[in-house]
Amino acid sequence: MITHDLVILGTGPAGMAAATMALEHGITPVVIDEQPAAGGQIYRALERTPVRDRQILGEDYWSGESLIKGLKDPQIDYRPATTVWQLTRQREIGLLHDDKAEMICARHIILATGAMERPMPIPGWTLPGVMTAGSGQILLKSAGAVPQAPVVLAGCGPLLLLLATQYLRAGVEIAAILDTTPRDRYRAALKHVPGALRNASTLLKGVGLLRELRRAGVRHIKGVSALRAEGSGQLERVLWKQQGDDNWQTLETPTLLLHQGVIPNTQITRAVDCHHEWDEQQLAWKPRLDEWLGTDIPGIAVAGDGGGIVGAKAAGMQGQLAGLGAALALGKLTLENSTQRAQPIRKALARDTAIRPFLDVLYRPAKQWRLPDDDTLACRCEEVTGGEVRRMAEMGCRGPNQTKSFTRCGMGPCQGRMCGITVSELLADANQQSVEETGYYRLRPPFKPITLGQLAKAAEEG
Amino acid sequence: MFKRLSPPEATNEAVVTFRFDEQTVTARPGDTVAAALLTSGISICRSTPVSNAPRAPYCMMGVCFECLVEVDGNPNVQACQVEVRDGMHVHTQQGARRLIS
Repeated sequence: MITHDLVILGTGPAGMAAATMALEHGITPVVIDEQPAAGGQIYRALERTPVRDRQILGEDYWSGESLIKGLKDPQIDYRPATTVWQLTRQREIGLLHDDKAEMICARHIILATGAMERPMPIPGWTLPGVMTAGSGQILLKSAGAVPQAPVVLAGCGPLLLLLATQYLRAGVEIAAILDTTPRDRYRAALKHVPGALRNASTLLKGVGLLRELRRAGVRHIKGVSALRAEGSGQLERVLWKQQGDDNWQTLETPTLLLHQGVIPNTQITRAVDCHHEWDEQQLAWKPRLDEWLGTDIPGIAVAGDGGGIVGAKAAGMQGQLAGLGAALALGKLTLENSTQRAQPIRKALARDTAIRPFLDVLYRPAKQWRLPDDDTLACRCEEVTGGEVRRMAEMGCRGPNQTKSFTRCGMGPCQGRMCGITVSELLADANQQSVEETGYYRLRPPFKPITLGQLAKAAEEG
Repeated sequence: MFKRLSPPEATNEAVVTFRFDEQTVTARPGDTVAAALLTSGISICRSTPVSNAPRAPYCMMGVCFECLVEVDGNPNVQACQVEVRDGMHVHTQQGARRLIS
């Protein structure tokens, strides 16, 4: 097995910035990415998007060009379209590319595997035609594809509003934005405005998005308190209630895009059993990290949203920090030099993330959007409802690994990615205990499907 | 359903053609199978092993595993993670994946 100095997983802003910083300090990293093109989700398909009108996706998207250029340095061993199916605490990494599996080893690893969208388990969310705002944006960026008929966007958070404006600029008809931000959130978030002003440009961008939508006359329904998707075999209509009104309102649509923020994708950090903690502010699990973004496993660090949601720009800064951390760990920099070099980055990072408390409070999804009702699926793969998870709690299940054994919840193809956070929160709520005490699934490799034939080949050649 | 802002046929780009069940699908090089299906009026790609419920691509980023299809005889392939290739054979995955030897 070949041992490399540094292996970086992911080519979002964190992964790309980490690679460039490492190279600057004489480390030639291997950069693995599942996608065929660099950029992560935020700069997805930037080099080949069919959306040539730059104002549709906006300048923030195109700002990823310089990072991608940095990644393309011939000294960086960049491997696109490569899936990671295994990582061990000894830093052995299982890769799969074009039907060919192999194992490599690393002295230092930076996981820049980013975020995923927080599940939004409403009735009918498994119907074909119901997707996420993130998926809508991926289709736009990578295929120049947009909803055919007037689309309904529902939920809360910056991505939902950004997608709405991108659709607007692309001439897509938006039937309505169903905004689930509870009305009292605006007041609660107010006290964080002074802090957020340290990152005034991001704050102003958000205000700009809202203004653009208002000026275009997009139907923006606020205070949505209940939501359901209905249809026979596929989505036909969306129903909702507004706070203070007990009547259901309806819109016919074949496409509903849901979103309620993003959470760290902890699939790999969980599988290697890094220490994780529950972040009550962000309502999500994240690995515990030290000042160089190292986990509690020697030689494994996490940069970007995978270590707690910070946003694209800050993810790039964390990538730089993790790159310095790698240089320090590999003896390319002294502690003094790396500390000195890190100082302005840490300062910029603090300024950029000063907006998080404001965003976290404003767009904190209310309980009814996180805990599915008794008839609604929590686990999409094995079709386990919120009610079944609650019944398991009544029967004495304290944690998700118990409900998994009894109901198969979390045991389907997605390996708990889609239901994990929901089940932890459901059980915590039903058992009147903290999410921290409730815990999370024990995850095991392979992280992605691999055939026995592919595996056998890796063993022969390893 | 999704449409393209500029259809591949309308531009001078090369197109990729593949089979989905009994249907011929045209796509742009670099498209994922999932994107190609969604822009071709195909809204369902599998049925669940538990209740046989129809499912479609959901997250488009490899997390949800809803877009599982069979590609050239290989079951359990994430349609959102695989690029289209000329002559590819894609099939809906009905119920549990087939075991292959």
